[in-house]
Amino acid sequence: MITEAALAADIARAHAAREPLLVEGHGTKRAMLRPVQAARTLSTRGLSGITLYKPAELVISARAGTPIPEIEAALAEKGQHIIAEPPDPRAIFGGDQPATIGGIVATNLSGPRRIAWGAMRDHVLGIRAIKGDGEIFRSGGRVLKNVTGLDLCKLLSGSHGTLGVLTEITFKVLPAPEASTTLAVTVPDIAAGVRALSAALGSPFGVSGAAIINNRALIRLEDFSESVRYRAAKLRDTLAPHGDITQLDDPGLWRDIRDGTALAAAPDDAVWRISAAPSAAPAIAAALPNAKLLFDWGGGLVWVAGAATSAMHQAVIAAAGAGTYTLFRAPDALRGAVPVIPPEAAPLAAIGARVKTVLDPAGILNPGRMRAGA
Amino acid sequence: MIRLPAPKPDVMARRPEIIAGLARLLPADALITEDARMKPYETDGLPAYRQMPLAVALPRTTEEVAAVLRFCHDNGVRVIPRGAGTSLSGGALPLADAVVIGLMRMNRILDVNYDDRFAVVQAGVTNIGITKAVEADGFFYAPDPSSQLACMIGGNVMMNSGGAHCLKYGVTANNLLGVKFVTIEGDIIDIGGTHVDAAGYDWLGIITGSEGQLGMVTEVTVRILRGPEGARAMLAAFDSIPVAGAAVDAIIGSGIIPVALEFMDRPCIHACEAFAHAGYPLDAEAMLIIEVEGSEAEQDALLARIRDICARFNPISMKLAESAEQSLAIWKGRKGAFGAVGRISPDYLCMDGTIPTGELAHVLGRITELSQQYGLGVANVFHAGDGNLHPLIMFDANDPNSFARAEQFGADILRLCVEVGGCLTGEHGVGIEKRDLMTVQFTPGELRLQRNIKSAFDPAWLLNPAKVFPLEDNPVLAA
Repeated sequence: MITEAALAADIARAHAAREPLLVEGHGTKRAMLRPVQAARTLSTRGLSGITLYKPAELVISARAGTPIPEIEAALAEKGQHIIAEPPDPRAIFGGDQPATIGGIVATNLSGPRRIAWGAMRDHVLGIRAIKGDGEIFRSGGRVLKNVTGLDLCKLLSGSHGTLGVLTEITFKVLPAPEASTTLAVTVPDIAAGVRALSAALGSPFGVSGAAIINNRALIRLEDFSESVRYRAAKLRDTLAPHGDITQLDDPGLWRDIRDGTALAAAPDDAVWRISAAPSAAPAIAAALPNAKLLFDWGGGLVWVAGAATSAMHQAVIAAAGAGTYTLFRAPDALRGAVPVIPPEAAPLAAIGARVKTVLDPAGILNPGRMRAGA
Repeated sequence: MIRLPAPKPDVMARRPEIIAGLARLLPADALITEDARMKPYETDGLPAYRQMPLAVALPRTTEEVAAVLRFCHDNGVRVIPRGAGTSLSGGALPLADAVVIGLMRMNRILDVNYDDRFAVVQAGVTNIGITKAVEADGFFYAPDPSSQLACMIGGNVMMNSGGAHCLKYGVTANNLLGVKFVTIEGDIIDIGGTHVDAAGYDWLGIITGSEGQLGMVTEVTVRILRGPEGARAMLAAFDSIPVAGAAVDAIIGSGIIPVALEFMDRPCIHACEAFAHAGYPLDAEAMLIIEVEGSEAEQDALLARIRDICARFNPISMKLAESAEQSLAIWKGRKGAFGAVGRISPDYLCMDGTIPTGELAHVLGRITELSQQYGLGVANVFHAGDGNLHPLIMFDANDPNSFARAEQFGADILRLCVEVGGCLTGEHGVGIEKRDLMTVQFTPGELRLQRNIKSAFDPAWLLNPAKVFPLEDNPVLAA
């Protein structure tokens, strides 16, 4: 066990010595984005444990190093769950340790339920964190509605540890559904699959998962049993023009979609995630004929597996078009050589550099993680 | 009263030149400089504060907004962004040396896409205007602040507006895909797009709710949602506030997330009933309005579950709407609550703190004590599911002493909210109103950090200065 104060003192020393730090929880996603240029690792793994849980208020707080399964187990005891359904990174990155809540928030990773209920960052209500000079700060709080001051919770969510070290996170949870079912529509191609998903998501039936694997458009319903039964029947009518429909009750199916297992990437494949408007999915598929693809979020999230080459990376960038891309997993040689996320317009990059300086004046937190030289 | 910074003498002295410079950038009808015509812009939804600005610009395009911002930046002129001017926290209050940039002429809907479920609209489109544009096709825009007939989406983004239905659908921040953002230097930047979760820092997240401190937004891409098959409300009345609070806990704890869960106390019930004749129980100490969604059968099932839960708390009465009309009747009093209180008191302040819902009974008890201590009436109406309180403090604006006591009473309520683990503002924003209370919620270091982030966007503090952050310790404004 370590304390937040000890971690802060350690960071203050590194700041004074201008010593770069690799910031991580369990290090499950060390191969995500770019390699960090730091000789020393600063881990939040010793900063663990649930510090507050109020089921009737839909709020839980946990120290950053708390493993996700520990949080899921505590929530399950009260019939609740993590809304954003974060992926288990072991499926893509290997390793035997589960992700920590700090790591999931720092990477803003969300699973299939994102399409209906929002991203991990949408549910973060409050944070405690340490700036790059060792100063501890809070943002947000423990209540569901809060617009007091600038929302640094969102700024730090998805900042990959480059703007501060998260030490404690408070987030909203919801009741886990009583029942769940999946409709599988057999479709001839991606375009037809996206049309089926759009029809489902544009229906009043509260779809909470919308994915395409191979030639099947998969639509998930989660709710009270009687609602799931009723809505499944209604959706069958809505989707009848889109193809043959079967009903599946395989709980492992959505876990495989969530974790990217369903992508079936080869061990030496690189893995990308593209987020785009769902209707762009057919063009993305057409632009990447040599890749393995998995579509989630109504077609708006495209998991891509393919050769870990610069040429393939350029093809993914071109395919993403107006959307956004992340080089999710790759050998160091590739991820150190290419932009792993899209570049920003110059005025925004200038603001970003100033914000980075405010939060990490000596530039010691995860240098190079998101962009070369930053 | 809240202190405002002294006008910059050099800017005041150069007013004719500044107006001439703005006139070169805008069509003649887009610049207002006469006092009589600037009068509507001197205040907003917090009319206790008024200040005539230097000039008012009403651009029609993003390029015009950018040109005005660049000009103001180059000339050291302060800027007050303004939507419909409905801010209850004084977020759009002008300064004497500032140019108000009003977005109401940017009122076009640019694109609606049902396949990808988004709409692109200009910042001056009203909140209800988005839903109106898509409701014939069964869709809606979810956040529904009570000012939704008038308030504009650009203002909603800047204040991260909520509403009665955010327990299920979230607030503005959870319903945005992208914005066209204009910096104080006049750079136009597209942030986000028609997809979710752009890689890189979450600029959309930090801009949302930034109260005009970081830049202006001229176009907004929002998520639109397919509406439910139907919705219906029920009413449950209880003989004590703690019992009603326990019923709220039991409903949420049962796994049901009602689409709305509203709470009214005795003074509010009486005011609303006198105004709307909605059939509210006048012998109740607390009343809940609970709304659920789905098909008729789903609504029946959910309302039956909730009725059974409420029955365990010895309700004085319960009323389940059996039709959309009956549901409207239940909502009628609640929707008119602010107007109803306005009828029994010449003026009121609407507070907006949030508390952990477990603290409800304690906090409402303290508010009653404070009401007696200050000799001012208070009515409570709020979103019970998320703990966002709206105490309405009644006072008489013709009596300066009454207003001063109302402000102190309000400040005490907000201090109490922070003390029990909540916050100063759940959806109205800090603005001018709660600026000097920020030290109650944040440490000096945390405030310095937030100010430094603002400085990263707006180094000279020209954007909506004197709001949100206390003037003390402010290196730019204190000078």
